[in-house]
Formats: sequence, C-alpha cells, structure tokens
Amino acid sequence: MRGWGISPSMAVVAVLIVLTLLGAWRYDGFLSEYNVQSVLRYNSMFALVALGMCFVIMTGGIDLSVGSVAAFSSVVAAHLSGYGLLAGLLGGLGAGLLAGTLNAVIVTRLKILPFIATLATMLAASGTALLLANNQSVSVSYETGFVDLGQGDLLSFMRPEWVDGDNAGVLGGILGFILSFPTPAFIALAAYIVAGIVIGHTAFGRHILASGGGTEASRLMGLPVDRAIFFAYVISGGTAGMAGVILAAQFGAGQPIEGIGWELFAIASVVVGGTLLTGGKGSIGGTLAGALLLGIIFTILNFENGMGWISLSAYWQSVVRGAFLFVVVVLQAKLSLRQEA
Amino acid sequence: MQAISKSFGGIPALSEASLEVMPAEIMALVGQNGAGKSTMIKILNGAYVRDSGTIEFDGGPWTAGSPQQAQRAGISTIFQEINLIGYRSVAENIFLGREPRRAFGLLDWKKINDEAAALLARFDVRVDVRAPLEHFSTAIQQMVAIARAVSFAAKLVIMDEPTSSLDEAEVDVLLRTVRQLKAEGVSVLFVSHKFDELYAVCDRVTIMRDGKTVAVTPMSDISKLQLVASMLGRELDEVAKKGATAFKGGTGNVGGELLAAKGIAIGHLVRDANLDVRRGEIVGLAGLLGSGRTETARAIFAADQRAAGDVTFDGAATRFKTPAEAIAAGMGYCSEDRKSQGIIPGMSVAENLTLALMPALTRSGLLDEAKQREVVERFIKEIGIKCAGPNQKIRELSGGNQQKVLLARWLCMNPKLLILDEPTRGIDVGAKAEIQSLIRRLASDGLGVLMISSELEEIVEGADRVFVLREGRTVAEFDHENLTEGDIMRAMAHDDAEDRRQAEGASTSA
Repeated sequence: MRGWGISPSMAVVAVLIVLTLLGAWRYDGFLSEYNVQSVLRYNSMFALVALGMCFVIMTGGIDLSVGSVAAFSSVVAAHLSGYGLLAGLLGGLGAGLLAGTLNAVIVTRLKILPFIATLATMLAASGTALLLANNQSVSVSYETGFVDLGQGDLLSFMRPEWVDGDNAGVLGGILGFILSFPTPAFIALAAYIVAGIVIGHTAFGRHILASGGGTEASRLMGLPVDRAIFFAYVISGGTAGMAGVILAAQFGAGQPIEGIGWELFAIASVVVGGTLLTGGKGSIGGTLAGALLLGIIFTILNFENGMGWISLSAYWQSVVRGAFLFVVVVLQAKLSLRQEA
Repeated sequence: MQAISKSFGGIPALSEASLEVMPAEIMALVGQNGAGKSTMIKILNGAYVRDSGTIEFDGGPWTAGSPQQAQRAGISTIFQEINLIGYRSVAENIFLGREPRRAFGLLDWKKINDEAAALLARFDVRVDVRAPLEHFSTAIQQMVAIARAVSFAAKLVIMDEPTSSLDEAEVDVLLRTVRQLKAEGVSVLFVSHKFDELYAVCDRVTIMRDGKTVAVTPMSDISKLQLVASMLGRELDEVAKKGATAFKGGTGNVGGELLAAKGIAIGHLVRDANLDVRRGEIVGLAGLLGSGRTETARAIFAADQRAAGDVTFDGAATRFKTPAEAIAAGMGYCSEDRKSQGIIPGMSVAENLTLALMPALTRSGLLDEAKQREVVERFIKEIGIKCAGPNQKIRELSGGNQQKVLLARWLCMNPKLLILDEPTRGIDVGAKAEIQSLIRRLASDGLGVLMISSELEEIVEGADRVFVLREGRTVAEFDHENLTEGDIMRAMAHDDAEDRRQAEGASTSA
C-alpha cells in the first residue's frame, strides 16, 4: 500500500489482459475504437460508484444505497440541466453528497449498523427519485451542453483531421484514441487519481485505513475515527451522485428506476481489487482494475450473445451476472480467510 | 480431571493440570490471568477438546463433545455474562430449548410458568415468571441462569466469576443459592477473584498457575496471603530486592505533581480509586485480576467515562471526553491488549508509529514522507526496534518489538504522562529488560509513568511509588524504600492478620 496507493493484485491485471486478448481474438471489433470507448463510457459510472464504495469498505462498512442514490441524482441533474451544464452537474453531485451525508450521520452519530442505515437510505432515495420524476424518466436539456458530460469526448476538439485519414498509421491511431477518450472516463480517471493520492499520501487516507484495521486501537491513539468514517460515506454519496449525472447525460434522461444491483457490482469490484470486506486493507488501483475486469467480462457476455451461440434474454443475463458476482465475493472471502490463517 | 494438557498453536495453555470436585462440594478455582482456569473449564464442559489426560465424571470416563452434551449429562456452566435472552420471559428462559408441549406440538404455557415459579421458589426467588427477564436485576437474572442449570438435573455447576457484576446485597443472595445447591447434593466449581466470597462458601480451593495445578487445599487451611503468594508463585518470606529486572538508576529526578486522580468510580468495578503521579516518577499500580486497575487507567485516559471522581492533570482539573483530548493534553496509553487495542496489524511499522502524529507531518495537505521517514528511523535507532525496515508489517514483528513501536508512537508526540498497562506481558526476557530500562530512562528525562503490572517483581523494583487496588478501591500506597513483595501481596489479599496488627499498632500508639 505504498506509492500511489495502487497495487492491484497482479492476478487481476493478468486476467484483465488475458480476457482482453481473448475478446480481441474471438470477436470482430472487440478492440475497435468504437467498442473500447463505449465500454469505457458505460463503465465509468460503475467505476465511480466502486471508488466511493472502496472508501466505505476500507473503514469496515458497506454502502448499499449507491444504486438508488445514483438514480436519484440522475433525476435531479436532469431537472436542473436546463439551467446549464454546471447546474446539472452540481445539482446531481449535491444530491449524492446529501444522501451520503445522511448515511454518514446515521452511521456515526446514531450508531446504526451501516447495512441497515444504507438499506433505509436506498429505499428513501429510490422513493424520492420516483416522486421527483413523477414515475417516468425525465429528459435532459440538449441545449446547455449537459449531455456532453456523458456523450462527449473531452479532447475531441483537438483532434486533427489527418488522424482520421487513410494514412494515419499507428501513431495516428494512438493519438486518435487518446483524443477521443470519452468525457465520463476522464471524470472517473481524475477521481481515481485524486483518491489514490488521498488514500496513499494524506493523514485522512491513512486514518480511514486505520479506522477499519483496528477501530479500538485507533480510538485509543486519538485518531478521528468517526470523522474518517463520516467522510467515507460522504465520498461514496458523492461518487454515486457523479455517476447519476453521467447516467442522465449519457442516456439523455434522468432514470428513477436505474441503479438496481449497482451496489453489488461496486462491492464486487472493490473485493476483486483486493480490498478486505472487513476493512483496514485496500487498494484504489485494485478497485479500478476490478471495475474494468467486471466491465470486460460483461462486454464479453454481450458479444457472446451477439454471436448467436448462446442467446440470453436480459433477465437471464441478470441471473448470470448475479451468480458471477456472488462467486467472486465468495472466492475472495475464502482466499482472504486462508491468508489470515 | 487428571493430567490435562492443551495447547493452542504450539503454545501450551495447560500442562498436566488436575482438578477434583467431590459430590456436594464447593470447590474454588483461582489463578492469575493466563493460569489456565478458563481452558480447564472449557475442556470440562465440552467447549474445547483436550490434547491429553483423563476425565472421570459421575463414576465413569467422560468426554463432552459440546456444551449441550455436557449440560444433558449434568454439567452446567454459568458465565459472568448472562447467556440468556432478555426480551423473553423468565419462565421461557428457564425452559428454552426443551419447552414442555401439549398435543399438536403446542406449548404448555401453564406447565412452563408453574414449573419455573416452583423452581425459583427453591432458591427463595419470587418473581413474576411471565415478565421479560431484562426487567429484573442482574442478580435475579443470575439466579434464573442457575435455576435453568439446576433444572437440567445438574450434578456439577460451574460458575465463572458469577459475582463480578453484582453489588454486595446481590452477592449475598447468590452465595445463599450456592449453599442451597450444596445442600441439595449438587457440586459447584466456583471461580472468583474475590477472596471473601471464596472463604464464605467454598470447602476447598484449587490454585492454578502457568497451566499447572499448584495446590489443592481445604479453604480453612490457607490464609489469604498464602493464597495470593501461591497464585503469583512468590515466596512468602520477605524477598529482598534481587535486581532481576532492568529498572536501573533511582528516583533522583522526581518533580512536582503531574496527575492526581481522586475517588474514581465506574460501575461495580471501580469504586474509589485514588492515585497520583509526579513528573519523572514511575508509579506502579498493583492489584489482582478484577481489582479495577485497567478500568481506572482507561478512565483517566478518557477511554471510558467515569461515573465519579476528579482528575487533575498538569495543573488543571480535567474532564476529557475522548482519548483525543487526553492525548492533546499530553497523555499516552499503551493497552494491555497489544494485539487488538494497540497495533494495526495490517499496517507497516512506519505507519503504526506515526498514525497519531500524521497531522503534524502534513504539509499543504500531503504527508511529508521524508519527514515521516526521518521520525521513524530516528525512533527505530533510538529505541532499538528490530525490524527489516520501516515498511515491514508490524504483525510480523516479535511482541517485544511491537511494544517498542507502540512506545515510540507515544514518544514521538512528546507526552508528559505515559500509562503503561502490562508493558512487558508476553515479551521475551531480553526485550523485557530493554523495555524496562527504556521506561526508567524516559522517567529520568522527566516523563511521568503510571505502570500497571501483574509481575510483583516489576512493581517492587521498577516503581518509585506503588498504589494497590483491591476490588476497585485504593487500599495501600508504598514508597520504593524497603518495599517488599510481601507488603504488596498483603495489601492485595486483605490479610486479616495485617489488619489486626495495624489496629494494635494504632491502639498502642494512641
């Protein structure tokens, strides 16, 4: 856990590479600029939610409300998008932070178990989202540039024409790829870099891990345990809020019923990335690797579906995903138990 | 129970220990922390499996596969924490798991309530058995637990510190119940640290130390002082200071008052603890298990809130609400439970050492890692922490080196007072001596030290002054000069002979 707080287990990275190669070999267009970018664009939401979850899990807690908080934030952002990009962004983010603060207060002040506290917030956020949205999706304004947060490519204005020409070559391909990197992926990447610095290089970050690794020991050395836990939940709310903003911008509408199962996806990403569910030991880089790994696996599932060998309805896909995530979490629990022994 | 041995992960907890309880006998079982009492009990009642040895119970060889099996065979255990369900009624608790039924598997409520009331009446407890258990005092709940045990047709009832959360009147009721059990032919194994209770009800006593049975004797044949000496493994004749510890140098440098605690009280455990520490002084805090030493220290450090009492620290009356406030004022506290309340096992030596100091090591929001390394390396060298490097995980270090890291954690914050709870427990001899001489060196530099220790040697040789706690009260204060282990043991044991001598001394001098 030194350096930039990035030390994902090499296994995750290895599997990531193997699966990418497998996908490239088996499916046409798997590594095409379009596919890579849409995978990144879509999964940046999950990566953000997983990042916040990572903070909470490091303290030994859990945040089950992330999915419905994202849905709630997407509705708020959609409503405010007409007042400008910034209004939508800050509105959605603020809604997430508000929900996160609510979790934080319930967990640290009222001393309610995180599982119960965030379960209640999950229901409340979901209900509020449906109320605000009047039980349907809320379309965003296309005039204020808000949708660029989800659909845009941040650096595309710099893209020179020759990159798309016939003689672009490898260099052009790489440059084109970088310059068309989707905006949401930039947001997620920036968040991960900041988080890596916070966890690895600030007193607050070390206190978060200490609080999870030895709560009583931390209290006895005077560490602000409650404050660390408080902000972990606020951060998780914030990242869920940001994911909600991207959700609304990407699909052109606030989605009050989205977000089901996001918490499991986030927990799985965190756990696959080597963070202990009991807290105290964790990795920001590992969480990013975990989120990417899950994203690629589901992309492969989609491609496989598209090839016609297997044909899974959306419902069956849900079942497969759930089963897969369950296996991942159980495996990790077994592995870490063995390490402890 | 003959020649019982049991080890955990290669570390022996019991080596050839034995225990014998006759029918209708009340046997006391005493010993210090780690003597092996609870392991012995847990083997007897089936919670643990013995490595070797034989057990006979009720005329035949005996091995309990589980506490439930032991209970059915007639061995019931009552723990200090009441193992019942507070929300359910008294009667339900007594019959939990084997409720009388009528046809169709329906519960026979009338039988449940009537039998429960009759059972309790045998112990002179008359309560509404339909009321939830939690409505009653701890003592009544304790009685209900005993009634439950007896209703299993118990032949042997094991009581593990049954009185630790009772007040004096409640203790009397409990002791009466114990005698009642004996009168009905039930044997009792009574574990307690309160000697008055042992003398009041027990027929014989088994003394354990370091996993062995060191003495079995009729209660009336052993004085409190002999009991304590036997528990601690010390000679009774007044041992001169042998210089076996590494507390060198003396009390040259003692300054003015640093800490004064008066009338500290917390629940039943601490009733009236008084002590003070001067700058540059090592003050020892002695007492048997359950005397309230750790609780007193935690109250001073604000790890727990005290119910009553005044603490003056560094010239000002204080009412710290959290350890953080106590630390800011200049205190530090090393817990006796190094593993779960001291180190953060998954973190490195460097982080464990500097976690509390981190805000001071931060520059414009980011940790100044060069400065952190400088602090860590300085302390590793100064204190002699043996580790592969600052980045080694602390859990890989030996106990002694972990303790040095924890001491350094406080020292890097320049405290005025360090509270050390069993600073050398579980530490090998070499590291122990290093830690002892370090403590002395720190004191001669002006640090006040409050040292809790179960090792009399450490207290007698290391401390400039000693306070002795017994059942939550400060009962004696000694100066280093001419202090012997016998003095401390007498104070711990509340030896009647000593009281008489003092009384006589007082009357002759008057």
